[in-house]
Amino acid sequence: MSAVPVSAVTVVPMRAAAATSGPHPAAAALAARADAVKAAKPTATGYRRARAPEWAMQLFAMLAGIVAFIALWEIVARQGGRIPGPAVVWKAAVTIFSDPFYSKGPNDQGIGWNVLSSLKRVGIGFGLAAIVGIPLGFMIGRFKFLSDMAAPIIAMLKPVSPLAWLPIGLLLFKAANPAAIYVIFVCSLWPMIVNTAVGVRQIPQDYLNVARVLNLSEWKVFTTILFPAVLPYMITGVRLSIGVAWLVIVAAEMLTGGVGIGFWVWDEWNNLKVEHIIIAIFTIGIVGLLLEQALVLLAKRFSYN
Amino acid sequence: MDRYLRIEDVGMTFETKNGSFVALERIDLNVKKGEFVSLIGHSGCGKSTLLNLVAGLIDPTEGGILLAEREIAGPGPDRGVVFQNHSLLPWLTCFDNVYLAVERVFSDKKNILKERTHKALAMVGLTAAEEKYPHEISGGMKQRVGIARALAIEPKMLLLDEPFGALDALTRANLQDELLKIVDKTGATVLMVTHDVDEAVLLSDHIVMMTNGPAARIGGILEVDLPRPRERLALAGERRYIELRTTVMDFLYRKQLKQAA
Repeated sequence: MSAVPVSAVTVVPMRAAAATSGPHPAAAALAARADAVKAAKPTATGYRRARAPEWAMQLFAMLAGIVAFIALWEIVARQGGRIPGPAVVWKAAVTIFSDPFYSKGPNDQGIGWNVLSSLKRVGIGFGLAAIVGIPLGFMIGRFKFLSDMAAPIIAMLKPVSPLAWLPIGLLLFKAANPAAIYVIFVCSLWPMIVNTAVGVRQIPQDYLNVARVLNLSEWKVFTTILFPAVLPYMITGVRLSIGVAWLVIVAAEMLTGGVGIGFWVWDEWNNLKVEHIIIAIFTIGIVGLLLEQALVLLAKRFSYN
Repeated sequence: MDRYLRIEDVGMTFETKNGSFVALERIDLNVKKGEFVSLIGHSGCGKSTLLNLVAGLIDPTEGGILLAEREIAGPGPDRGVVFQNHSLLPWLTCFDNVYLAVERVFSDKKNILKERTHKALAMVGLTAAEEKYPHEISGGMKQRVGIARALAIEPKMLLLDEPFGALDALTRANLQDELLKIVDKTGATVLMVTHDVDEAVLLSDHIVMMTNGPAARIGGILEVDLPRPRERLALAGERRYIELRTTVMDFLYRKQLKQAA
């Protein structure tokens, strides 16, 4: 918007000067104002000039936020506590990320391996939750009886911290890794079921009427109407599930051990390498951000409005 | 074929939370093959309910409906329905929306099915928009696709539920003219719900005027004895057209005036 007055000012005097030779100065002034409006308008709505500053401002704001964050961090670090400053962490990060895929035995692996094993657990746990949760969600959404049956159980189990399920997992599987996957499965399950069921219930009656007047087969109804109509809701379920799963895996791995970013955090705590813990925090955050963004893109691809 | 569609002593009562609601009472109506019949009345008079009964989307609580000597039991592709809000599936192109219906009804080879679909879309003038998605085309075009979908399955009967109600006046007139041509060409039997007097007079052979609900009934049936093919502009000044129009208006706004509808 700042471009508007500038261009108006540069245009007005020229036109006004040209118009003063006319008989009515008042009319000339009016015309000049009208011209100024005309001249200002294309600048205000012109794509190239209006958009670039907005985009630049956004980038500037983002950078300013990051700089302020790092400055604050530096100030906190200089108070003499045990928290390493940005420079120290940066140096450590360069070392760590220069060789992310080394492997020196089960308890000493590169950060790349740790992140990948965590992602693998999330992937397996979430995949199983999708395999179970999506069909369940469809059935709960389609049949009121099943919905009434499931409602109190889901309502009760949904607020339970997924970690509370970990001992049950250890008991059932007698091993740390499947127990962690099982925790991811449990915490991913509820958003998948609930969102799929909501999606099925939200299908406009119009679409179902189309199916009814054409007497489409159940399979055809599912593939051409139910599934595409529910897909955006399912993707929301996937997004929520993966978000929760990525939160939970860190905590679960701290408890179960093995290779994984959560365990790595705990290990570095035992080694008192605080700069590595901070690196892990950033790594977890960035991976989570990338997952979220990828799923937002996926959701955009399948939204029809 | 004098009584192609027979609606016999039909009553419809809905069970609601506040007790039962009588929507329609003792409806008797016959539609000849190739005839265009409009249902007109104030909103809430049950005209859409009657159409849904013929479509088979709901079952009457009393009486019965026969189409071509067979009782209507549930919806089926022998009736092509055009819904008010087009009801196109947003994830399918215009072509695929029509193809979905064609594929369901005919068991021809794939290229013949495709040919039928192309023909139906060509009839409503949408050949150029075949590969577009519903959100990429205008409201009038969407409704054309809806009509193409209903016509493509060569139904015994075409059911139109306020098909142009959501369109602006100019687009509506345009589509009415086109429907007029299509009906003249195909000789389709049509039942149309409308609240537009001009639309009813222009398109119909008979106009069924419904009384206000609850417990709506048929208040009168008006024969529209205007010769076909009809021409909107030529009719506008014609005495008979104005008479018919006045009769319907008189019914709607004098005999069945709805307070604060």
